[in-house]
Amino acid sequence: MPTVSVKRDLLFQALGETYTDEEFDEMCFEFGLELDEITTEKEQISREQGDGKASGASEAVLYKIDVPANRYDLLCLEGLARGLQVFTNKMDAPRYQRVSPASGEPQRLIVTQETAAVRPHAVAAVLRNISFTPERYDSFIELQEKLHQNVCRKRTLVAIGTHDLDSISGPFTYTAKAPAEIRFKPLNQTKESTAVELMSLYKTDSHLRHYLHIIEDQPAYPVIYDSNGVVLSMPPIINGDHSKISLKTKNVFIECTATDLTKAKIVLDMMVTMFSEYCAMAFTVEEVEVVCPDGSSCMYPELAYRTESVSSDFINRQVGIKESSESISRLLTKMCLRSWVTGTGDQIQVEIPPTRSDVIHACDIMEDAAMAYGFNNIPRTTPRTYTVAHQFIKFIKFPLNKLTELLRQDLAAAGFTEALNFALCSQEDISDKLRKKISETKAAHIANPKTAEFQVARTTLLPGLLKTIAANRKMPLPLKLFEISDVVLKDETKDVGAKNSRRLCAVYYHKSPGFEVIHGLLDRAMQLLEVKPARGEGYHIQAADDSTFFPGRCAEVMVRGQSVGHLGVLHPDVISRFELTMPCSALEIDLEPFL
Amino acid sequence: MADAGVVDTLLQRIEKADDGVDSINVANSLGVDHQVIVGAVKSLIALGDVITAELRSSKHWELTGEGREIAEQGSHEARVFYSIPSEGLAQSDLMKLSFGKVGFSKAMSNKWIKVDKTSEGGPMVFRAVEEDLKDLVRAKLLQIQGAKVQLEEKDKNELKKRKLLSEVTVKSYWISKGSAFSTTITKQETELTPEMISSGSWKEKKFKPYNFEALGVAPDSGHLHPLLKVRTQFRQIFLEMGFTEMPTNNFIESSFWNFDSLFQPQQHPARDQHDTFFLSDPAYKYNWKIEEAQKNILRTHTTAVSARMLYKLAQQAEFKPVKYFSIDRVFRNETLDATHLAEFHQIEGVVADRGLTLGDLMGILHQFFTKLGITKLRFKPAYNPYTEPSMEVFSYHEGLKKWVEVGNSGVFRPEMLLPMGLPEDVSVIAWGLSLERPTMIKYGINNIRELVGHKVNLQMVYDSPICRLGS
Repeated sequence: MPTVSVKRDLLFQALGETYTDEEFDEMCFEFGLELDEITTEKEQISREQGDGKASGASEAVLYKIDVPANRYDLLCLEGLARGLQVFTNKMDAPRYQRVSPASGEPQRLIVTQETAAVRPHAVAAVLRNISFTPERYDSFIELQEKLHQNVCRKRTLVAIGTHDLDSISGPFTYTAKAPAEIRFKPLNQTKESTAVELMSLYKTDSHLRHYLHIIEDQPAYPVIYDSNGVVLSMPPIINGDHSKISLKTKNVFIECTATDLTKAKIVLDMMVTMFSEYCAMAFTVEEVEVVCPDGSSCMYPELAYRTESVSSDFINRQVGIKESSESISRLLTKMCLRSWVTGTGDQIQVEIPPTRSDVIHACDIMEDAAMAYGFNNIPRTTPRTYTVAHQFIKFIKFPLNKLTELLRQDLAAAGFTEALNFALCSQEDISDKLRKKISETKAAHIANPKTAEFQVARTTLLPGLLKTIAANRKMPLPLKLFEISDVVLKDETKDVGAKNSRRLCAVYYHKSPGFEVIHGLLDRAMQLLEVKPARGEGYHIQAADDSTFFPGRCAEVMVRGQSVGHLGVLHPDVISRFELTMPCSALEIDLEPFL
Repeated sequence: MADAGVVDTLLQRIEKADDGVDSINVANSLGVDHQVIVGAVKSLIALGDVITAELRSSKHWELTGEGREIAEQGSHEARVFYSIPSEGLAQSDLMKLSFGKVGFSKAMSNKWIKVDKTSEGGPMVFRAVEEDLKDLVRAKLLQIQGAKVQLEEKDKNELKKRKLLSEVTVKSYWISKGSAFSTTITKQETELTPEMISSGSWKEKKFKPYNFEALGVAPDSGHLHPLLKVRTQFRQIFLEMGFTEMPTNNFIESSFWNFDSLFQPQQHPARDQHDTFFLSDPAYKYNWKIEEAQKNILRTHTTAVSARMLYKLAQQAEFKPVKYFSIDRVFRNETLDATHLAEFHQIEGVVADRGLTLGDLMGILHQFFTKLGITKLRFKPAYNPYTEPSMEVFSYHEGLKKWVEVGNSGVFRPEMLLPMGLPEDVSVIAWGLSLERPTMIKYGINNIRELVGHKVNLQMVYDSPICRLGS
């Protein structure tokens, strides 16, 4: 969830009202925002870098507000203030308009065929006669960063470049060139460099190095030139220094290059809808013609308004309220979704503005109506759904958890204590430490573990129990532990190539091995599971070889002629490898044969 | 048990005494250690009302070890005096005596001796008075030791300062007859035996009282894990509410069921490597065209199971409303801290029926949380890719005096339900929360590693009470 940091006093100024922290928090809650933290720049710096660095930093109160991940229109002070103003009926949502320049000749951005292989899409717009203040300027830069991190997916999908239009001259060309052929002075640098030099320079840049991989291995890098060959930007890495914007900039040329055209249009719409407020003709945006390699051309920004039709009955039924169509249109209008009653039946026309790309279905409109009504004003009702509960779904018939629930109670009654271990572990835990080869284990391997603790899914419960003992060596002996849980084994017959297997594992740790104790627990478990001690239809144990166990002290558990697991005295090497010092006997069986 | 002979003698003394006897006097007259009498008194007290014993304390002055030595052999200064022959003694030899140093300075200040520093071979000490001197210190100490003659305060303090005298407190019992006094006592039995029951002899016997202050012997028991005790209660709550348990025994899931079926686009941040555990083996089962959807992962939520079950439900001949729940492990490849692990248990409830409303979801959440003992709820609009509306559930925490998030909920999007083949008028409402958080609150655990995994504190497991939620 993105967090937007805004100066409280500026926000209240924009809202035309001051609130207490509690009042503001309450309003945020109703609107689906969360006032996450109240702080100051000074406090932040002092917390992150120490008190020394904080002296002289601003003490203006900052609100840190958590914004839902799909609401790109609330990522800056301008958008937040506008959304809340409309929500509290203090203003009507503005109408954003694309206009032609006074000259009648729009700026043009020509996209060449070379971009197709690396970053094929571009859109652009002009903010004409904008007035920046230091606060507005900071917010403008900050919004680009927020969009880059969120909808732009760290610039992989879309990268934004903003330029002082008066320092460059169109038409502009968006092309791709071999890195050695691209040469310009990048933003805030003093000398010209080639793209090759820049990529190596930025390898150590704490901010830019995260974006280099996007184009690094491409034979040609994206680049935008003006008609005099001035480099505007080398997306998605860096802009040129020549066209950089400043507080004095009056006319801003915004370009978005992308691998995803839909997202590029959304991002451009967000930039211009948020900041056209400060243009001489507020909420108007000057169009730019983008010419595609095939010769077709489009005008941007799209700033598309679309209309959807919903019935008030649908909204009432879904939310569980009984509001009139008029009332519902008013509710939706509060959410920047201008709505009106059509007069035909209970139909409502809803206009989705370009700022609300999150609205994709009638259910999204329904949610906005519910939010405007107030979630906490909706009557809480009990569904009339009549069902009879089962401990397993009847058409699947798999009472594994029921069996587990019943059995674990009785194993505790037999004097064993329940452990709960991780399903992930290191490769070593299930192989070397148990004197087994990893290739024999049928283990599922994790591709991207952060540490060795998460290399594989466990194939046996035994290592977890042994590690539990090792961590509790100070406890009085004997230690008698059990766990009933799932292991994961590769299985070609399953759609994902692996399956869980429910196991019962128990260990006895004391000065003498206590095979008879573990054997006694097996007998008790069989009694609970209604399997009699007998060959053939019952259960019996028979000598077996298993490298985890001490030679001659291991037996296989046979149930109705099938092997379901092992019991025995652990091999001394296994005991030492788990950092234990006493003899230990163990039992591990499959539970699924007993369903 | 105290010596029977001493007990008998003590009882006889008490019988003869009009008023009572003092335990110290008894000890002195019998020539035994006082503690032996104290033992006899305690064992008689334990019998009930045979005697009454009142603890008394008295103070008196007693010689210290050094004081006794002086009473016996004379003060240090006197011993110095008598050690000096008429021809004198070298000061260095005098100082070698155990009492030499202290005695020398005292004898000098009493002017009993003198030093000739001019003699050859170092200073010599000579007697300065006649043979017969008065060793007052010894005399006073002998007075105290013997006849208990009271000394003046000034003298006592002087001797106390020299650490020859100390004041001691003596605790003794004043013993008198109890309401059930008798000189002959019956031996008490410790436990009832089968023989006593069969012979009826228990009727004549007296039994030693139990010490009810002590703890009992801990039973030899097994224990259930606290987190799973809480799981059992959540399971119980769902069953009470008519919810059926879903099978969740598939930790490895395809990206399809975990993400795609839940309307999480393939560019969604949750699908990044840093949030999800991907499998390298078994990796892909299908061709590259649908590679992304078929990437195997460790499920990041149990909603993947709910999606599979809803799909199965849609395949049934006729739609019947269902209420499902699950409680099982999910996996996140996230940064770990005191409250976050790479795996945790997710609790999930799902209701599928025709005409369910957002009000129904809030109502059912109210019922669910009431069973947990949480009655004050409110809902915050939120975003979740597969539910619309989505609501975060907050409850008022009486301790923290603020609203805290206790779960997530929402109505599944039609984009998710329609492709599964569920009828268009069927709504599915769902909610989820973690099992670890309520368990940590319930059992007062701050570090999740003490609860889950091998670093668990087994003593905590042994000591944890039963889990009663809501009451």
